[in-house]
Amino acid sequence: MTDIIQPDSFEFTTDMLSEANKIIARYPEGRQASAVMPLLDLAQRQNDGWLPRAAMDHVADILGMPKIRVYEVATFYTMYNLQPVGEHVVQVCTTTPCALRGAEKVLHTIKTELGVETGGTTSDGKFTVLEVECLGACVNAPMIQIDDDYYEDLDELSTKKVLDSFKKGEKPAPGPQNGRTGSEPKGGPTVLTGNI
Amino acid sequence: MLKDQDRIFTNLYGNQGWELDAAQARGDWDGTKALISKGRHWICEEIKASGLRGRGGAGFSTGLKWSFMPKEPTGRMHYLVVNADEGEPGTCKDRDMMRNEPHKLVEGCLLAGAGMGANAAYIYIRGEFYREAEHLQAAIDQAYEAGLIGKNACGSGFVFDVYLHRGAGAYICGEEMALIESLEGKKGQPRLKPPFPAAMGLYGCPTTVNNVETIAVVPTILRRGASWFSAFGRENNTGTKVFCISGHVNNPCNVEEEMSIPLRELIERHAGGVQGGWENLKAIIPGGSSVPMLPKSICDNVLMDYDSLREQQSGLGTAAVIVMDKSTDLIAAIARLSKFYKHESCGQCTPCREGTGWMWRVMERLVTGDAEINEIDSLLEVSKQIEGHTICALGDAAAWPIQGLMRHFRNEVEERILSKNKVTPAAA
Repeated sequence: MTDIIQPDSFEFTTDMLSEANKIIARYPEGRQASAVMPLLDLAQRQNDGWLPRAAMDHVADILGMPKIRVYEVATFYTMYNLQPVGEHVVQVCTTTPCALRGAEKVLHTIKTELGVETGGTTSDGKFTVLEVECLGACVNAPMIQIDDDYYEDLDELSTKKVLDSFKKGEKPAPGPQNGRTGSEPKGGPTVLTGNI
Repeated sequence: MLKDQDRIFTNLYGNQGWELDAAQARGDWDGTKALISKGRHWICEEIKASGLRGRGGAGFSTGLKWSFMPKEPTGRMHYLVVNADEGEPGTCKDRDMMRNEPHKLVEGCLLAGAGMGANAAYIYIRGEFYREAEHLQAAIDQAYEAGLIGKNACGSGFVFDVYLHRGAGAYICGEEMALIESLEGKKGQPRLKPPFPAAMGLYGCPTTVNNVETIAVVPTILRRGASWFSAFGRENNTGTKVFCISGHVNNPCNVEEEMSIPLRELIERHAGGVQGGWENLKAIIPGGSSVPMLPKSICDNVLMDYDSLREQQSGLGTAAVIVMDKSTDLIAAIARLSKFYKHESCGQCTPCREGTGWMWRVMERLVTGDAEINEIDSLLEVSKQIEGHTICALGDAAAWPIQGLMRHFRNEVEERILSKNKVTPAAA
């Protein structure tokens, strides 16, 4: 952690600031601190996916919060990356429902294909691989999240395909990768088959 | 089997649009003004009469919970907070409702607000559900634009705002007091109760926290009537319910069914049966990772409802059914859950902060058999010391899966230790 190069300063762009103000307006007068989580998220998005100390300080200034309160939030929640990450963050769910359906194989495929261990970033700076807890798509297990999208119903082959697309700079269609469209049973729903 | 015309979530799978026009074509926002005009008392009583119990896990009577809110204006804001922090392993039903039926939730917020005397709702959605949050925010915007919510909701004169708040990755924020803390911009660490949220919740104001599904079913119940809803399921376990069936089944899926459906029928009718057939079943976690597992002998006949599962020392929880066939290493499956709870403990209470890690380390040794037989009893003893001795239920949730494993499969754990011990001396 000590060798992270922290930028000296951080400021929201005009667009981000207006987005931040829209968010702040959702909370009552005097309760702006409620906006700390969404604002940290905006800051992270502006800063290539990670949250430097300067960004936390900037958010604290905007919201009139003691800096330590913002640090507490930034270190408590898992979605804030406190060190630089790759261009794409690959989060692999390995909790029991995914594990029962082959999450280990998916994780192994990803580590092999990208040549990194969990927590690592590829040398070209393109991918960071993280092992995470339940992402809430258990009937489409095993699944991973890449950036803001879920890739579901994976096996080794489809995992490799998804990664290959990202490597080529493409974005594969998110969702189930086995022909399903949602949480219906494979092969077609057992209910809601007619027009209601 | 529940008939299609009796399903509430007719777009659960997202075959149709999720936007306002498609939602209205499905019957959402139909006659909402008239429902509001029937008044707070009528709405609350109707929900009580429907028998609706909280769909987030605890199963408390929804109407009764609403009736705890102050009867008269207090000069403070009164809030509805929707728990959309879906994170209980096995559970992925709220996700479908938010991405495919977001207007049911927005309309539900309005009607629930009218039924409990709240004038604003915050929906706290887990941060990872980014696309779901996009749909939900768009639905909120559409509802404002159409005058369905806001200063004069549906032309009823009732003032009601709905706001979306994204979390940032913390299972504990699914606990209502942690969720409120988080919504106030703090670490998600549960508060001690009392005071209960109905007296002092968000920003110190009267607040009711309800699960997404609980709120999303409200408009349909009010439109079709309490007696329609209560006709499904058994007494005290009424209504329809969205079940999530994951793990070793041929076709994992979400499905809305009648409460009290036999577990076996649920799996065989909708999820294509257990892989390798029902006889290949080993155990099922019937209500999300926190509830104790049941062996096949109980799964053969058990009904999927609050009281039936409670009688079997388990629970309906979120109705997330995790199926494990005979190929499963149950000890490893539970050890993985122990790791989950260790990761997700907020660290506030000592029994949970220290205990979840301790239990996980013992569970890991039980997976390899690298333990003494008497450690099983000390593990159970520690689980009892965590259970009930923490501010929130995460400690209980960490203890129960282990207790369930030992209750039904202690012999397997013992066998593994014995077989390991047989090998070890020779190897040493």
